[in-house]
Amino acid sequence: MKIPLSWLKDYIDLDGLSVEEIARKLTLAGLEVDEIKYVGLPMPAYKDGERHEFKTSGISWARDKIVVAEIREVKPHPNADRLTLLDLFDGEKEQVVLTGAPNIFHLKGTGKLSKPLKVAYAKEGATIYDGHADGLVLTTLKRAKIRGVESYSMVCSEKELGISEEHEGIILLDDDAPVGMSLADYMGDAVLDISILPNMARNANVYGVARELAALTGRELRKPLIEYKTEGEAVENLVAIEITQPELNPRFVLGLIRDVEIKPSPYKIQRRLRLAGIRPINNIVDATNYAMLDQGEPLHAFDYDVLKARAGNKKVKIITRPAADGEKLTTLDGVERTLTPGNVLVCDEQGPLSMAGVMGGAESEVTEKTRNVLLEGAAWNFINIRKTAKQHNLPSEASFRFSRGVHPSLAEVGVRRGLQFMAEWAGGKIAPGLVDAYPLPPKEATVTVTAKDVKRLLGIDLTLEQIAALLTRLEFKCEIANHQLLVTAPPHRLDIGEGIVGLADVLEEVARSYGYDNLPETRMADALPPQVGNPAHEWEEHVRDLLVNLGFQEIVSYRLTSPERESRLAAFDEYVALANPIAPERRVLRRSLSASALEAVEKNARADSIALFEIGPVFEPQPGGLPHEPRKLVLAMSGLREALAWDVKDSPHFDFYDLKGRIELLLSGLHYPDISYAPTDSVPYLHPGKAAEVRIGGERVGVFGELHPLVRDRYEAGNAPILLAEFDLDALRRIPPVYGVRPVPEVPPVLEDIAVIVDEAVPAAQVEALIRQTGGKSLANVRLFDVYRGEQIGAGKKSLAYSLTYQSDRTMTDAEAAAIRKKIVKRLENELGAKLRS
Amino acid sequence: MLEQLNDIEKNAMEALRSVADQAALEAWRVTYIGRSSPLMQVFAGLGKLSKEERPAVGAAANRVKAALEAAFEEKAQAIKAAALAKSLAEERLDVTLPGRPLHVGRLHPSTQQLRRVLAILAEMGFQVYTSREVETDEFNFQLLNFPPNHPARDMQDTFFVEAGERGENPILLRTHTSPGQIHAMREFAAMNPDNPPPIRIALPGMCFRYEQITARSEIQFNQVEGLVVGENITFADLKGTLNDFARRMFGQSARTRFRASYFPFTEPSAEMDVECFVCGGKGCSVCKNSGWLEILGCGMVHPVVLQNGGYDPTRYSGYAWGMGPERQLMLRYRIDDIRYFWGNDLRFLEQF
Repeated sequence: MKIPLSWLKDYIDLDGLSVEEIARKLTLAGLEVDEIKYVGLPMPAYKDGERHEFKTSGISWARDKIVVAEIREVKPHPNADRLTLLDLFDGEKEQVVLTGAPNIFHLKGTGKLSKPLKVAYAKEGATIYDGHADGLVLTTLKRAKIRGVESYSMVCSEKELGISEEHEGIILLDDDAPVGMSLADYMGDAVLDISILPNMARNANVYGVARELAALTGRELRKPLIEYKTEGEAVENLVAIEITQPELNPRFVLGLIRDVEIKPSPYKIQRRLRLAGIRPINNIVDATNYAMLDQGEPLHAFDYDVLKARAGNKKVKIITRPAADGEKLTTLDGVERTLTPGNVLVCDEQGPLSMAGVMGGAESEVTEKTRNVLLEGAAWNFINIRKTAKQHNLPSEASFRFSRGVHPSLAEVGVRRGLQFMAEWAGGKIAPGLVDAYPLPPKEATVTVTAKDVKRLLGIDLTLEQIAALLTRLEFKCEIANHQLLVTAPPHRLDIGEGIVGLADVLEEVARSYGYDNLPETRMADALPPQVGNPAHEWEEHVRDLLVNLGFQEIVSYRLTSPERESRLAAFDEYVALANPIAPERRVLRRSLSASALEAVEKNARADSIALFEIGPVFEPQPGGLPHEPRKLVLAMSGLREALAWDVKDSPHFDFYDLKGRIELLLSGLHYPDISYAPTDSVPYLHPGKAAEVRIGGERVGVFGELHPLVRDRYEAGNAPILLAEFDLDALRRIPPVYGVRPVPEVPPVLEDIAVIVDEAVPAAQVEALIRQTGGKSLANVRLFDVYRGEQIGAGKKSLAYSLTYQSDRTMTDAEAAAIRKKIVKRLENELGAKLRS
Repeated sequence: MLEQLNDIEKNAMEALRSVADQAALEAWRVTYIGRSSPLMQVFAGLGKLSKEERPAVGAAANRVKAALEAAFEEKAQAIKAAALAKSLAEERLDVTLPGRPLHVGRLHPSTQQLRRVLAILAEMGFQVYTSREVETDEFNFQLLNFPPNHPARDMQDTFFVEAGERGENPILLRTHTSPGQIHAMREFAAMNPDNPPPIRIALPGMCFRYEQITARSEIQFNQVEGLVVGENITFADLKGTLNDFARRMFGQSARTRFRASYFPFTEPSAEMDVECFVCGGKGCSVCKNSGWLEILGCGMVHPVVLQNGGYDPTRYSGYAWGMGPERQLMLRYRIDDIRYFWGNDLRFLEQF
C-alpha cells in the first residue's frame, strides 16, 4: 500500500522526523516499508559507505529552482504552430517560457488570461526527468534556442517531476497555489510503500497508518472532521434496505447526494491518488477511492436515477442476498459473469446491481451524466469475499480490504466521508440522514490483562497504568479495577479475540507499542527438558558420514517427479499424485530414489567419475489416507576407478566389486554382524548375473549390482557400467550393531598361502566360510588374493588363492600351522571336491 | 728406505688429487694402499731390515699408511657428497605441477548447513524432532490456528494431494515443518497429561510450496524450526535465545533487530533481521540496500496451538521460530540461483 507523506500529515504532525525515521518506526512495528519513493522532498544524500536503510528511489526538487508560477498569457510561437510562448510570473520576475503542452493550447492567442493558470515552473539549472525519454532519465535544464526563440526553463508535466507517467500535458495546480513558493514546500512528497500483514487490514488506509505512527511516536492523532450541510428529502424516504443473510452482510449503509457536477477532482486530490497508485477518473469516483484510501472502507457509488428508473420511480429497495446458481451480472469492466450461490449480490427488486464487496455492475455505475449519487458502504463476511474474489479472479482494492476484514463501524464513517468529499469537489446537496441496516454488530471484544500476564509472556515488569498507557495510544479503552486491566478493542479492529486468545492479541499490541527493540534479552530460566536425543536422526547422519568417507557425494533430488521419468527405471502402479501440480513433470511424489540418482548420473555424464548417494523418503500411497514414507538410501557409481592426472592417463571403470567393497566398508562401519551376499535376479533393472542382495542376519536389507544393459541404454550416460545400490534404511536401522575389539596380538603371526581348485559353480564365500570354520580361533584372517582360470587347471574350474594368517597368544610353530592347514585342505576336498593346487 | 716412503706418500697424494669418482678412488686404493702396493711391500720387507733401521722405518711406514688412509676416507666422503648433491639436483621436481586428485565425498550443502544450525541448537539443549512430509490440512493448518479460507493461507501456497473426498481436511505436502510442533507437543504431553514436560526441540525437514521454479523461488526447501514450551517462557527469552543463536551462526558481532510481524501460529510474532554480513550494514545488492537480512520468523506460541498440543496456555507458554538453511547458504555464499540446490550438478556440489 502506497502512502503519501503529505496525506499522513493531515492526521499527525511529523515535524522533526525524517522520512527514514518514520519508515523505521513503522517497519519495526510490523508495517514494513518496502521502498521510499521521493517525489520532491529532499532525498538523503548517502555518502560512500554510509548506511542505507531502505530501498530508495525518486527525485527531489531543488527549492530555489522549481517553484509555483502563474501563466498570464498564452501567445503563439512565431515559427512553430504547435508550440506556444507563455508569459509567466515566477514570484520574482516575468519569464517567457516555451511549451508544447496540449492542455493549454486552446488558450493560445486569447490575450491576457482573466484567471492566471498556476503551474510548476522549473528554472534554468533545475534537474527533472526527461519527459520524452523512455523510463526515468534525469536531465538538467540548459539554455537553448528552439525554433529561433531562446528557451531556458520549463513548465512541467507530472512525469517530469516524478509524480506519475503522465506527460500528456503540464500540471495545472489548484488556484490557491501561492506563486513564488518553492514547489517542494508546496507539494513535495515522499511515498512509503508498506506491506500490509494479513492481521493488519485495519492499517490499509492513511488514517490507520497515522494512528500507528501516533502510537509509536506518542504524538497526537488528529481525527478527521466529518461535517457537512444537508438539505432536501431524507434518504430514508427514498431508499430501503433488506439484508437476507446478516452473517454474510452484517451492515449496509446508504447516503445520497443530489445535483453533483461531474468534473476532474482538485489537482491536490488527483496527485495524491496517483501517488497512492490509483488513476483519477472524475470527482465522484475519486471521492469513493479517496475516502477508501483515507479511512479504509471501500465505497460504491450508484447512479441513483438509474435505480429510480428501474424501480418505476418508486422507492428504491436494495436487497443483499446470495446469488442464484447461474445468475448473471455484467460487472463494470464489461464482463458478463456467471454467479454461484457462494457469491453475494447487491440487488434491487429488479435484479442484481453489483457483486458485493468485489466489483460494481455496469448498468448502475456513475457516468458523465450522473447527477444524483447513492453511496454504499457495507460490511461483508471476509471469507465469503475472499472466495468470491478468487473464484472470479477479481482482485480489487475493495476485495483486498474486504477479504481481510473491515470493521462494520467503518461503513458509516466511510459513507459520510465520501459524501463530504463529493460535496466539496462536485457541489451538490447531501440528503439528510443515512439509511443504516445493521443487523449484526460484532461483539465488543473485552480482555482482562494483569501485570502478571505481561511478566509471564513478555518478560517485563509493567504497572497496570503503564500497560494502559501503551494501549490507549492505539485507541484501546482501558479500565483498571481490582488489580486488573479491562481492555476494550477500539471500533476499527476485528483482530482482537476473547479470553486467552484475546490476551495474546492484546499483549502483542503492548509489545508493539512498547517497542520490540526495547524488550530485554534473557536466557531461559526454565528447566532443561529431559534430553532424549533423536537416535534415528543421529544414525542417519552417521550413515552420511560413512558414505562421505567412502568417497560418495551427497545429492538431494526433487521429491516431485513424474511416472514417465521413473518408468525409465521401473514402472510403479500407484503414486501419491498432486491435485494441483505446477508442471506435468512434477506431478507425483517419487517412488524410487534410484530413478532420481540415475537422472543425476545422466546429468553429470561428462564427469570422469561419479559416486553419488542420496538419503530420503519415498512415498507409497495408502488408499484414502496418508502415504507411507519409508526412508531409503541409494548409491550410484560410474566412470573411472582412479582419478586421472597428468601422469595417470587411464583407469579401469568402476565395476561390481568397487561398489561391493564400499558396501562392505559401510556395513562394517555400522558394526553389523552376520552379513552375507547372495546372487539375485529379483531386480529387473539390474544385470541378472551382476546383482546381489545384502542380508544381515538372514534379513534382506538391500540390493546392488550393475544396471541392466537394456535399462542403461535408456540413459544418456556414456559407456561405462553404472552401479546401483538400494538400501531400506528403516530395516537397516532396526538391526542392533555389535561392538567389540579384538586384542592386538603381541606375538608375530604365521603367514601361509593356500590355493585350491574348485568347480566354477562353487561360490567363493562358501570356500572362505569353510576355511574360517575349520581354521577356528587360530586362523585370524583369510584374504582372497587371486582368482585364476585357465588351461592348466581345466575347463569349468577356478583356482582360489588365499593368504592365511595364523595367530595365537603364543608364538605358533610351523608344525602347528601345518596341522591346521592339513585339516582345512581335507575339509575342502571332502565337502567341495576341491583340489590343492601345487 | 725412508726416502722411498716419502716418495710413496708424495706420489700417492698427488695421484689422489686427480681422483674424481668412486671407480678411480677404488683403483687408487688398490694401487697405493692395497695388499700389493709399494707401501705394503715396505711393511712386508721390514723383517729384512736391521734392528737399528727397523723402528724408524716402521714408524715412518705407519705414519704414511695412516696419512694415506685418512686421505682416502676424506676423498671417499667428498665423492659421496658430490654424488648426492648431483643426484639431488637431478631429482628436482616441478613443484608447480598439479597434485594427483582423489575421489572424495562431500555432504550436500544443505546438509552441511542443517548440521551447522542443529549443532548450535544442540548445545543450547534443542533436540532434533522429525516428522512426515505429507500431512493433513488439520496438522499443517487448522491445529496451527489457520482456519480454512483464512487470508494467512495466501502466504503459503500449497500442493494438495489427490486423495478422494476429504472435505475440509485434504492431504497436502507440508508447507512448513510446523505440523511437527503439534506432533511433538502431543507426544510430550502424552508422557504426563496432567503435568506435561517442558519442550525444547529443533524440527528440520523438507517443505513444499506451490511456486514456479525460478532463480528466486522453489517448490521444495528445507526448514529448521525451533520450539520451546515451558512454564516460564517469555518473549524476552525468545530474544535472548535467538540473539545467542545469531551470534553463534553469523559471528559474535552480529547485530539483530526484531520487527513485528504476523504468523497465525504465534503471537506476538516477529521477524528477526541480521545486519547484512556481506556489506556490514552499509547497503549492497545482497541486502537490497537495506543493511538488513531477513533471517527468520518467530513469535510466542499461540494459545490455540498450545491447547491443540495438549498444553494449557494459562499455565504454559512457549516460543517458536523458523528459518531456511538454503536461504542462509545463498546469503553466505552469494548464490543467486536457488535451483542449484536440487539440480544435482556436481560442478555446483563440489564447491562446498
